[in-house]
Amino acid sequence: MAEHFERLESILGQISGYIYPNEIELHWGLLVVLYPYITGLVAGAFILASLEKVFRVKEIEPTYRLSLLTALAFLLVAPLPLLAHLGHPERSFEIFLTPQFRSAMAMFGFVYAWYLTLVLVLEIWFEYRADMVRWSQGEKGLKRVLHWVLSLGSRDLSPAAVAFDRKAVFTITVIGIPSAFLLHGYVGFIFGSVKANPWWSSVLMPIVFLFSAIVSGISLVLILYYVTTMMRRKPLDMACLDKLSEFLLYALIVDFSLELLDFIHRLYESEESIKILSELIFIKLGLSLTIVQILLGTIVPLALLAVARFTQLPAELKRVTYFIAALLVQVGIFSTRWNVVIGGQLFSKSLRGLTVYKLELGGMEGLFSSIGLLLLPFLILFVLVKVLPPWDEARGE
Amino acid sequence: MPREYARREILIKLMEFPCSALLLSLCGLQEVEATAERADEATAEALYGMGIQVDKCIGCGSCVAACKAENDVPEEPFYFRTWVERYVIHDDGRVQVDSPDGGIRGFTSRQEDGASVLRAFFVPKLCNQCDNPPCVQVCPVGATFKTEDGVILVDSDYCIGCRYCIQACPYGARYLDPRTKTADKCTFCYHRIKQGLLPACVEVCPTQARVFGELTSRASPLRRMMRMSELQVLKPSLNTEPKVYYSKLDGEVR
Repeated sequence: MAEHFERLESILGQISGYIYPNEIELHWGLLVVLYPYITGLVAGAFILASLEKVFRVKEIEPTYRLSLLTALAFLLVAPLPLLAHLGHPERSFEIFLTPQFRSAMAMFGFVYAWYLTLVLVLEIWFEYRADMVRWSQGEKGLKRVLHWVLSLGSRDLSPAAVAFDRKAVFTITVIGIPSAFLLHGYVGFIFGSVKANPWWSSVLMPIVFLFSAIVSGISLVLILYYVTTMMRRKPLDMACLDKLSEFLLYALIVDFSLELLDFIHRLYESEESIKILSELIFIKLGLSLTIVQILLGTIVPLALLAVARFTQLPAELKRVTYFIAALLVQVGIFSTRWNVVIGGQLFSKSLRGLTVYKLELGGMEGLFSSIGLLLLPFLILFVLVKVLPPWDEARGE
Repeated sequence: MPREYARREILIKLMEFPCSALLLSLCGLQEVEATAERADEATAEALYGMGIQVDKCIGCGSCVAACKAENDVPEEPFYFRTWVERYVIHDDGRVQVDSPDGGIRGFTSRQEDGASVLRAFFVPKLCNQCDNPPCVQVCPVGATFKTEDGVILVDSDYCIGCRYCIQACPYGARYLDPRTKTADKCTFCYHRIKQGLLPACVEVCPTQARVFGELTSRASPLRRMMRMSELQVLKPSLNTEPKVYYSKLDGEVR
């Protein structure tokens, strides 16, 4: 605890203007930045997958199963940063047992459980069922048992059964799209509904979160598809990459327009908080908002994607451009989350002063545990891909 | 045939009404109603509030010290159930606000920077015990709640430490107790007021800048103050409906 006090003590000298004494401790740190970032990736990857199933965008078929597994891997990790951040993680189950229904946060458990079990797991099961049956029939040893267990003992490969699988996947995806919207729109609502905080309180917040989620999900799947195909020494499907980056471009345009709208609206309304918010933007978020989020994370990838997609570049250069744009988008979206969560706590609710955020390295709330939490979904994805290969050549048909 | 049906249906409906009334009374609906009435009466008897007469505060910080001692608030200067702010408004319109260590040791004179002072005053702050409390609304497990007498409390055995309530409070009145890792805030000294005593901060205030009492009882000192002064609450636009009322409050105070 002495260390904690020392850290707070060191913040005292860096405060400008006046902040309420209880505001010296900044309450939602890097872990809470990870939460919307990770959930956004889940929702985005799922929405990308549903494009193929529901809207029949055939070009992106090679990424369909990969998107589903990516969504699952990240969804499994999504609650961990929140849990690690709680003062009493051992009491977290109270959210399920005695939820306070007027709380936006209390709904997290239910939205999460609904999405995880009823949407993602079911959809993946129906999508893979026939393949799991075929795999387990052709395999030996542990893998055979594993696939048999995962298929829940199903043996039916008749055309009728396979047709039913398809129908089930379609239905679940149709339910899944609004669920994915709900999942991340809801995360936006957690912040957007805090009337005490003028940086958060905005009706646009859920929608901005949603579109940035779609942007981040598409770009993550693009990166994963690129890397995994390269690692497996297979040819990249250029039509698929083209389509992915096209969607990425459109989503990015909508996302950026919404954020601009929010910005212009605030500026034009020029409410009581405008002075401290402009100080926040120019003094505290100069680097992470202007340079990283807007320039590197939005404008540069927008230009790269537009040029690569709509001009005649050589295929090699084109896909590298897509890849770089997607990486930049990830950096941009991460800083978006940072600017919302941390930015919203860098100014006082007295609207009279600014404070600082001191990132720790070690400890539960520190940089290293956050990096660990960010790597964990990739580890889970690696295992998932081993058990349920998403590649075309693995299909048992 | 249809006409006969209609008549039959009306007869059935007529029977349903007394039957359901009987059933409901058997189930104890009246009991529930009676309890609700009693609860209303109890609420009407005691609804606590506080008045703060800004022009009487001398910024001595006794209230802050008394509060920390009475309620075992961590002594480090990052945790306050109540604190005192000093406002200095200059001729050129500049506003300077400070609250060194929450004002617990009072205030030393400021270094003059040339500009002359237009007006200056102290403002004690604490939880506003809102009637429409955003902190209670956001708590995911209901660990923070409003009592029948209008005080907002935190059940530290139940709080999960998510700090959503701290984010939701527009007044900065909440902190996370570093020892229990649960949210904490002013309770109007609930343990004292339930025994007819005054909150510690009110008890020690040498100038009676703080007035505590029941909002609903005509004889209470609070009601008297409320009759005699023009009152303001903090951040009224947020519709939190505070039960801490300020008299002679300056427009610069947020």
